[in-house]
Amino acid sequence: MLIALLEAIGLGAVFALVLVILVAIVFLIVALVNMGWVALLQWRDIFSLDRWTEVMVTIGRSKLRTTLTLISVAWGIFVLVFLLGLGRGLNNGARHQFARDATNSLMFFANKTSIPHQGYDVGRRITLDNRDYDAARKVPGVEHIAGQFFIRGGAMGGGEMMTKRGGKANSFQINAVHPDAIYVVTSHKIAQGRFLTDADVTQRRKAVVIGQVIANYLFPEHISPIGEWIEVANVPFQVVGVFSDSEGIENERQLYIPVSTAQLAFNGQDHLGMLEMTVGNASTAESKAIIDKITAQLAERHQFAPDDVQAVRVRNTVEQFERFSAMFFMISVFVVVIGLGTLAAGVVGVSNIMMIAVKERTKEIGVRKALGATPNSIVFMIIQESVFLTGLAGLLGLSGGVFLLDAVGKAKLTDFILDPSIDLRIGIAATLFLMMAGALAGYFPARAAARVNPIHALRDQ
Amino acid sequence: MALASWGVLRLAKVNKYYRVGTHSLHVLRDIELEVADGEFVAIMGASGSGKSTLLNILGILDDYDSGEYWLGDTLIRDLTERKSANYRNRFIGFVFQSFNLLPFKTALENVALPLYYQGLTRRKRNQIAAQYLDRVGLRDWAEHTPAEMSGGQKQRVAIARALIGKPRLILADEPTGALDSETSKQIMDLLSEIHQSGITVLVVTHDPEVAARTQRIIRLKDGKVMSPHEVLPGASHPGMAAVT
Repeated sequence: MLIALLEAIGLGAVFALVLVILVAIVFLIVALVNMGWVALLQWRDIFSLDRWTEVMVTIGRSKLRTTLTLISVAWGIFVLVFLLGLGRGLNNGARHQFARDATNSLMFFANKTSIPHQGYDVGRRITLDNRDYDAARKVPGVEHIAGQFFIRGGAMGGGEMMTKRGGKANSFQINAVHPDAIYVVTSHKIAQGRFLTDADVTQRRKAVVIGQVIANYLFPEHISPIGEWIEVANVPFQVVGVFSDSEGIENERQLYIPVSTAQLAFNGQDHLGMLEMTVGNASTAESKAIIDKITAQLAERHQFAPDDVQAVRVRNTVEQFERFSAMFFMISVFVVVIGLGTLAAGVVGVSNIMMIAVKERTKEIGVRKALGATPNSIVFMIIQESVFLTGLAGLLGLSGGVFLLDAVGKAKLTDFILDPSIDLRIGIAATLFLMMAGALAGYFPARAAARVNPIHALRDQ
Repeated sequence: MALASWGVLRLAKVNKYYRVGTHSLHVLRDIELEVADGEFVAIMGASGSGKSTLLNILGILDDYDSGEYWLGDTLIRDLTERKSANYRNRFIGFVFQSFNLLPFKTALENVALPLYYQGLTRRKRNQIAAQYLDRVGLRDWAEHTPAEMSGGQKQRVAIARALIGKPRLILADEPTGALDSETSKQIMDLLSEIHQSGITVLVVTHDPEVAARTQRIIRLKDGKVMSPHEVLPGASHPGMAAVT
């Protein structure tokens, strides 16, 4: 595609463009080195209070020009900082949307058929079972796998169940799962005890892992929940673990019991409502291959058409995450391009203003030269002015942008923007970049002006 | 006025060309010139005669192509920018037609500016500048900006600025060009006074009345110094006596 594009533009034109850019870069480097040399020769001026007084007086003299320079640079930095921070916020927001679940997980939900197959009409409800779990487990590429039994039949999840201990009772979300479920819900962290184990499942133990919020609700502070018994839907369970959740306490209002125990206790035979699994670092294509394989197995066992996407619904976070990532990457690129464009506009603005400023001061430069100023001292004075101005403006823009980002972050306008912030180094680098641009923008006309013959400059009315 | 035995300023066979495209313009032709220490000299000539080029070379603001320019016992040729800036600062004081004071600085600060480039402290500069302002009769105007002053006052400030570096040579480029005749007279009085204090003064002018106040007139025509007998009749002048 790139080659086709190149051919369309014409290789010659591309070559010329590259050449122009290279020449420009070499030119700028030479200018920077020259400028550095001038700065080296005039280093005393950097620490001269007298010189800075001179610079301040000159800057303060033309307030309109100073203000324009300040605005043009500060605005560039401000927009860059704000956009970069917003891009980061969008990215954080996107990641947050996925944070509860692993970004490499597949989920299969039993549903109703939508295509007639082998004499069956549409609308037949499919129910997964333990053998589907056993079969899917053997599919290559599947890393961790868990089945979940939906206690109240077809509803998503197990619904809310009354949970009691002593005089305290409340409804909490119940999940009847295999032990590997902990790998799919990556935001859970075991705080005390352990998660469910294979032994809990095979022995159909009445073990329960509860969220921190539930633990805090049911147990006074001095009692460790581990080993204590609670009642869930009137069935006694022994607490084996407590988990916290990095994505907020809403996710801690849940409890986990072994899938087998739930199937037995709530009359579920060997039914499963959902299979969930992680697939390691599989690509989107690989994850789709795994989905096809498992769907084919399920279709054969439950007699539905392999292309019936309604019979068993699949959620592929690999694909979703990739799509979201691509989208947010594009947004980030967009934001960066706009930011850089604004920065470039700032550079052009500063250059313009500096050029006009120097032009206006041809006479002054002539006078200074006649009175004994060296050209280097004149050039460096103008560089000092422009660097001071752009630096000040950069700091203003930087702090303005950071301040606004902070305000936006605190306002929590939408879930899609989370914790917008920028790497301060980027902001400082952008400011330094603009200062350099300002210095260069001052350097060229200053050098030209310092070469001007004062008699000509001064006679010119 | 007794002249010093050595020339403060000597040009020998100085040539200057300007390259315009492929052509070369011969602006100054074998200029021979000697101005003694403490002399008061006028340089006259029509526009295009090479007046301002000569002024540039005398003021160490431009290089020449061949010949020699001695300022005292210093050969002014192929100097580094730093050196020529230093010589300008220490040897030469400039007075311009349009004064060329920095508009955002007070009279005192304008006068003090050459000392800034000598590296003196602010306090010292202002102290000395006040003395020189006093000398040109503008002590009470120290804190005024040029915009608040008359043309004559501005030129006085400019002269004080030219003097503050204790130069050997004052180069005045049409110093009265922007002034009325009464003020012109006062400024020429001031320049005479400076000359009498022992400083060499060189005035570039096309005003015969100004030239008449000097001791000697050097006429330029087509890039050459005219010898006294070439001077057109009617341009006779008492100052010419010093040359012949």
